[in-house]
This record gives sequence, structure tokens and C-alpha cells, in this order.
Amino acid sequence: MKEIVIISGKGGAGKTSIAASLGMLAGQEAILADCDVDAADMHLLMQPDFAHSEDFYSGELPEIDHEKCINCNRCAEVCRFDAIEVIDGKYEVLPLECEGCSYCYHVCPIDAITMIEQNIGQLYRSTVKTGSPMMHARLDIGAENSGKLVAKVKQEANKIAEEKGLDWILVDGSPGIGCPVVSSLSGADFVVLVTEPTSSGIHDLKRVYELVKKFKIPAGCIINKADLNPGKTEEIMEFLKEKGIEYFGDLPYDKNFTKSMTAGQTIVEFDEKGVGKKVEKYWNKIKKSATGKH
Amino acid sequence: MKIAIASGKGGTGKTTLATNLAAYLSSSRQVVLTDLDVEEPNSGIFIEGETFHEEKMYVKVPEWQEDKCTLCGECRQICNFNAITQIMDEILVFPKLCHSCFACSELCPVEALPMVDKEMGQLRHIKENGLDFVESKLNIGEEQAVPLISQTIEYVDENFDKPILKIYDSPPGTSCPVIEATKAADLVFLVTEPTPFGLHDLKLSVDTMQKLEKDFYVIVNRDGIGNQDVYQYCQDENIEILARIPDSRQIAELYSNGKLLFEQVAEVEQELKKVEKFITERTKRGEQ
Repeated sequence: MKEIVIISGKGGAGKTSIAASLGMLAGQEAILADCDVDAADMHLLMQPDFAHSEDFYSGELPEIDHEKCINCNRCAEVCRFDAIEVIDGKYEVLPLECEGCSYCYHVCPIDAITMIEQNIGQLYRSTVKTGSPMMHARLDIGAENSGKLVAKVKQEANKIAEEKGLDWILVDGSPGIGCPVVSSLSGADFVVLVTEPTSSGIHDLKRVYELVKKFKIPAGCIINKADLNPGKTEEIMEFLKEKGIEYFGDLPYDKNFTKSMTAGQTIVEFDEKGVGKKVEKYWNKIKKSATGKH
Repeated sequence: MKIAIASGKGGTGKTTLATNLAAYLSSSRQVVLTDLDVEEPNSGIFIEGETFHEEKMYVKVPEWQEDKCTLCGECRQICNFNAITQIMDEILVFPKLCHSCFACSELCPVEALPMVDKEMGQLRHIKENGLDFVESKLNIGEEQAVPLISQTIEYVDENFDKPILKIYDSPPGTSCPVIEATKAADLVFLVTEPTPFGLHDLKLSVDTMQKLEKDFYVIVNRDGIGNQDVYQYCQDENIEILARIPDSRQIAELYSNGKLLFEQVAEVEQELKKVEKFITERTKRGEQ
């Protein structure tokens, strides 16, 4: 069993389209895990059935008992996040500001504050159109701890893969380099970097690769929209060579990507003979590299 | 006037709009553009100018003072982020998990955990004609973007007077970094593309902005691809679409080379003009 994470640093480079396509090709040998819990889109291509859902709890928020409160102002004084405000003469917690540190709870002299565990989102266990399982999630708006929800999605996906004896865990990561990305990477066996030949794409690829390197995870790369800017594509290939990152190949700047998305399909279904063939070739290379069989 | 440019989905054209709008408007007024997508800041690729100021950005984290510590264990019980642990007779602090709440430090009975500076990123301030550009970059390996976003906003507030137009290029998503970047804004422009991914993530952004009680508008990028669902949704929900940036290979190629669009693509300039008119009217209304 190998865990492969697909990331790009920059949004819109084609990470989800490629991850879903690999999921299509892997069929029932894989479980899918959508770890872009902020803006999860993989379900739009894979049509999971949302068969099982559960609330996800993480972190705490204070609740102030107004009957007990003596308006001493201690809680507001110690709060570094300006999350306690006096509204109509009452001390209130502003949930979007609060980080849940519990400092206020510890200093309240009359125990008027209780810390309450928060439901920050939903976790889903589904079966997708290939018949294979998928773990996905929805983080509530403005919620903290997206990294913890990502970790939970991966943990559950690993459990199912173990139970069913699956070969692959395919993880759609989130954009950026912050806590959800760090959670997506932790424990992974192989990283597929999806990039595009744009100044922004290269900038973000280099930053996210620095992070991958810190984790010492082997990585390979697909250059999407390669013909858009051959000079930049060349620049990316040089970077890959210099860093010893495997280059799987390129994909064209092709209207079929949008068309397939609009049809609710992956590119390997929509354009099986064209772009789909290329993706299939790259999937075979990825499988070899992820298992160390060159 | 503060305008945040945001989107649920990454790669929909937030930075394209922010940089083009800021540069376009800067020919007629003073504008400061701030890149708050500190994890992957890209606005700077499109803006050239003289570096006016640079500084390292720090966040406060506790540092254990072995000689003072009595190993009472208060700190690790207080910390709600598991950032402090005790192994044998040693206290370990994990700075990456720390939220800088100061609780452990200030509640320590013997002051054995003073807060010290830890570098989290870099801020850069560039000037070019009428345009000021400020960006912060999170150091790789740092996980908490929010403190850097809030300190960057503070820098801009301290260095620029109120009447100046402030444009924020926000991070993608709907969680804490976006909230931090948009909460101070008077107006939010949500950038989307007319595709199923674009629509799905636009709905999440709309929910977020409604929860924050923001005055928000939609700008469609890559107009002409995908389908009509985004337009239908905005009509049904009574959300005003301020502009439609067309889709073309020429635009994609200019973008790929880090070039601004409006000087070379007349349709883009046309659309920015519409946004400018909207902002001018809004500013006037605000002054009345």
C-alpha cells in the first residue's frame, strides 16, 4: 500500500483534474482522499454517494455564563486575539476571532467560563463511480484546525485501504504551504507535483518543493498547459533536473479540460484517446516510481 | 476604502485582477496593493519597482528557562494546542503548534517561559509611480499564516492614511487565513470562473462573506468557458456581477510571462473601467 499526494502550491494548475484522473485509472485498486478540505472539488468529477457522514470535533471555544459574570474584564484583558467584546453590557465571545486558547477560562476568578468542544465540519465516507471508496470532508466557514481535519481524512483513508487490502491511497492536497499542506504531506510515500509554465506557477512550485524536501518524500512532476509558454516549460524542466525530480511528462493547454469538468467527467473519460492516453502513461510511470520499481 | 479580492478556489484570477486593477487605478489615484496570500504570494511577479522597505517579521513564542522552572506542569496543562510537553525533567516547546496566546508564559508561577521573537517571514514594500505594493512571504516550514497576515495589515494601516485606496489580494479558501484577510475590508470582490469548480467554490465564498456580513460583488474571469451556471446562480441570488474578464490564449500567455493585461488587451481595460466606475461611485457615497 502506497500513499501518493498530488499537490501544486498554486491553485488552478490542474491538481484536482489530474488527481481524479489517476483515481479513474486506478479504479478499485485505490481509495481517494480529498484533503483540500477548504474548497473540495474532487467530488464534482468522481460523484461520491456521501453514504456515511459524521461530525468532526476539534478545538474549543469559551462560553460565558452571564448569570455568573461579574464584569471584572479579566478575560478581555488577557485575550491576545481581541475575541472578547462587551456587547449591550455583556461580555461576549467573537467566535471568528477566538483561537480557542482557553487563557480567559484559566483567569476567570469566578469560573463563569466553560470551554466547549467545537464541531468544525463533516467527514464523509463514500463510494465513487468507479466503485472505489473515497474519504472527503467539508470544513465549516472560518474554522480553525483545517490541518486536523486533513489528518483525520488521511487516517480514515489509511484504515480503509488497510482493511480492503488496496494498493493505492490517492490524496488531492490543498494549495499553499501552510498547515493543511503539511498535514497532507505527512506520512506520504510519493508526491506528484502538478505545475504550469507561468511565472506564478514556477514561483509556487519552488516553494512547495522546499517543503516536500523537508519531509524527504520522493517526488515527480507533471507540467500542465506546457505549450502555453515553451520557454517557461524549459525553465521548469531545468529546475526538475537540477533538483533530481522525476519528470513524468506534459499535458497541453486544452479546452477539453474545462469541457470534461463541465460534463462532470475526468479527462481520461472525456478524451480517452487524446490527453487521456498521456495521463495513462504518466500513471504507469508514477506507479513504478512510487513503489521504487524503476 | 479597503477592497479585498478573494475566491474560494485557487487559480481563478484573484492575483490577475488585484494586480491589473491596482496598476490601472494607480494612474488616476494613489493605490496600495497588499498581497496577503502569504503562503504563495504572486502579485509581486507582476509589479516592478524600487524596494522602499524590507523587514523580517516575527511572532512571539515561549522559551523555556531551565534555571527558573520548578517543573510544576502548569504550562503543559494550560496549553490548548499541545505545543508544550514534558519529558523527564525537561520542558519542550513546539513553536509551530504555538498560537502566541501568552497563557503559558503569563500564568507560569515562576516566569520560566518568557515570550521571545521567532522569525516567521519577510515583508517587502515596493514603490512604483502612484502605486505602493506590500507583500509578505511566509517562511517555508511555518504553518500559521494568520499572524503574518494580521501584521502585514497593521504595517499598511500604520504607513498609509485612510483616504488612500487599499487593495488586498487574499489567500484562497474559506478558513482562518481568508477571514483574517477580508475582515477589515469595506468591499469584497469574489473572483470566479464559469465552471463547475468555480461555481462550487463561489458558493462557499458567498456563504463566508454572508457570515462575515460583508458587502460583496462577483467578477467573472475566463468569461466564455464552461457553462452558464455561475451567471444563473448570481441572478438567482441577486449578486451583482461587476465585470467579466474574457478567456483568451493571448491573456493566458501574457499572464504566464508575468505581464499585466490591460495595457495590451482592450477588452480587459474595458472591464476594469467598469470596476473603476463602481469604486468611484462607492467612494463618493461613502464621503457623503
